[in-house]
Amino acid sequence: MPPEQQTPAPQPEGAQHRGENKPRWTERLHGLGPVIGLVLLCIAGTLLNSDFATVDNAMNVLTRTAFIGIIAVGMCFVIISGGIDLSVGSMAALIAGSVIMFINWAGPASGSPLMAVVMGAVLAVVLGALFGLAHGLLITKGRIEPFIVTLGTLGIFRAYLTYFADGGALTLDNDLSDLYAPVYYASLAGIPVPVWVFVIVAIIGGVILNRTAYGRYVQAIGSNEQVARYAAVDVDRVKILTYVLLGVCVGIATLLYVPRLGSASPTTGLLWELEAIAAVIVGGTALKGGAGSITGTVVGAILLSVISNILNLTSIISVYLNAAVQGFVIIIVAFLQRGRR
Amino acid sequence: MTSFTRRIALTAVAAAAFASLPAFAAEKVNLGVSIPAATHSFMGGINYWANQAKKDLEKEHKDLKITIKTAANAPEQANQLQDLSTVTKINALVVFPFESAALTKPVAQVKAKGAYVTVVDRGLTDTSAQDAYVAGDNTAFGRIPAEYIAKQLGGKGNVVALRGIATTLDNERMDAFNAVLKNHPDIKLLDAKYANWNRDDAFKVTQDYLTRFKNIDAIWAADDDMAVGVLKAIEQAKRDDIKIVFGGAGAKGMVKSIMDGKDKRIGADVSYSPKFIYDAIKLTAEARLKGEKLPATTIIPSVLITKENAKDFYHPNSPF
Repeated sequence: MPPEQQTPAPQPEGAQHRGENKPRWTERLHGLGPVIGLVLLCIAGTLLNSDFATVDNAMNVLTRTAFIGIIAVGMCFVIISGGIDLSVGSMAALIAGSVIMFINWAGPASGSPLMAVVMGAVLAVVLGALFGLAHGLLITKGRIEPFIVTLGTLGIFRAYLTYFADGGALTLDNDLSDLYAPVYYASLAGIPVPVWVFVIVAIIGGVILNRTAYGRYVQAIGSNEQVARYAAVDVDRVKILTYVLLGVCVGIATLLYVPRLGSASPTTGLLWELEAIAAVIVGGTALKGGAGSITGTVVGAILLSVISNILNLTSIISVYLNAAVQGFVIIIVAFLQRGRR
Repeated sequence: MTSFTRRIALTAVAAAAFASLPAFAAEKVNLGVSIPAATHSFMGGINYWANQAKKDLEKEHKDLKITIKTAANAPEQANQLQDLSTVTKINALVVFPFESAALTKPVAQVKAKGAYVTVVDRGLTDTSAQDAYVAGDNTAFGRIPAEYIAKQLGGKGNVVALRGIATTLDNERMDAFNAVLKNHPDIKLLDAKYANWNRDDAFKVTQDYLTRFKNIDAIWAADDDMAVGVLKAIEQAKRDDIKIVFGGAGAKGMVKSIMDGKDKRIGADVSYSPKFIYDAIKLTAEARLKGEKLPATTIIPSVLITKENAKDFYHPNSPF
């Protein structure tokens, strides 16, 4: 619709947009939607409650964003490649449960509680990678729609957690819990560990997406899978890797999550998949794939947590309407950066 | 005691009938139990106690058969009710409805086919679809913590509350809590936010309360799962102004804390045990075996759990 997007030849749907044909600033403006939204929200938050702008509050918000944010970075790759993963919340819950069971078992069995915790953390990432690999193989080699595969595993993962937990909660033994706690509660240079991890994951994600051949393949496949295939891109391998990357991200998020409450129950990670997908989309990535940005995703994830933080810090809106406020903000921000699709 | 002797007599009569007339066994009670699947700790407890009831009661009564079905959502539960009625051919039903309105018609159909229906906890929108109703006491669930907090604080202080999910049941509890606080004008309820009966949400909401209010004397977490998140958030913020954290429902971890008395903030809890499904199945089965009816409404009382009576509420084998 905007005139500056007209090109002489009709572009095929979903074609990769070419920056050099367009004025860069308009594109940049569109990409700023989430940033503008976040800034407006922060101003509103400060006006409504002076405690909003404190360092402690900012750290609280960033720390709780870390889980969804890290998952969203992985999700960004999957969505850019044209896929989707609905199972991440259930996967995180199952990994959390498995890690807790493992540490509880390995702590006394191995005689070294610290070793048990370290191995538990490694297990989280390995399990994530394995689950991601299973998704990738089913989707590419098994030729099943990603929506269907991950819809299936969404149920499978959570059912197994419920089974292991006997419908209740799996809880980390007290001493082991104290040993593991610093991973969530400690700070380095005044910044909580989860925030550091979030920053590192985001930077690595950004570098992979924008500075490597693999990153370009991901975008090319999302733009037009057939063309990518003709261009001798190993489509299956690239796709499988996106799901493995996402699985690793879920594993990292979970290894940060476990020490927070030291327990996993069947409500753990409920609706995380939608929060992660919302963060990616609010951040300006097109749901049908092809193009997207890690920075946008990070901003999108922070934006979502800021909304609920502001709602908790104020009481001007009826508590019944909290979810509506979140919905409105998501739609407004998406409106601010329309035109990128 | 009387019920015990009656039960013995009944078992004896049943055994005698069974022995003398194997071909003409007394009319059996074929009881169906329909409950939500174990998707959170409380429902895990409901599932545990339902299976416990099946085990205990089938052992005790030869003429009783119990079939338990768990459903992940309202439509699935409606299908299962149909199956229980037409395939399993139940003549008594204990149902914990997923949703009140959606399950009213399906339950009414089971009743229309002649089964005796006991509804547990979440009521139906049309009470003519049921024979009996067994529930926990939601008013007491809100009243008891408010009274406890008011007493412990000496009638003066700042309180924040965490609510569950926006439902009538939650409103009932909150209203009862507010009603008590009305009698204590010096206790200020600073705010009440939803944390969805979820640990993670409770953690976040509490973090934000701690940022917003510099002095909080008591937190009504309104659920033991949420209390776990509340305690972690307090620990992380290193706040020592909070004197009371009051959960709810009597989860085993919380009851254990009260028994041990290690955490000064956790001095009491209010019972709202998933064990009421056990009571509902037992009451229904035993009444039907005798051909009797239950009272229209049975409220399983919610009581204050303190160090003195905590061991009566401690069920280490239950997942809840």
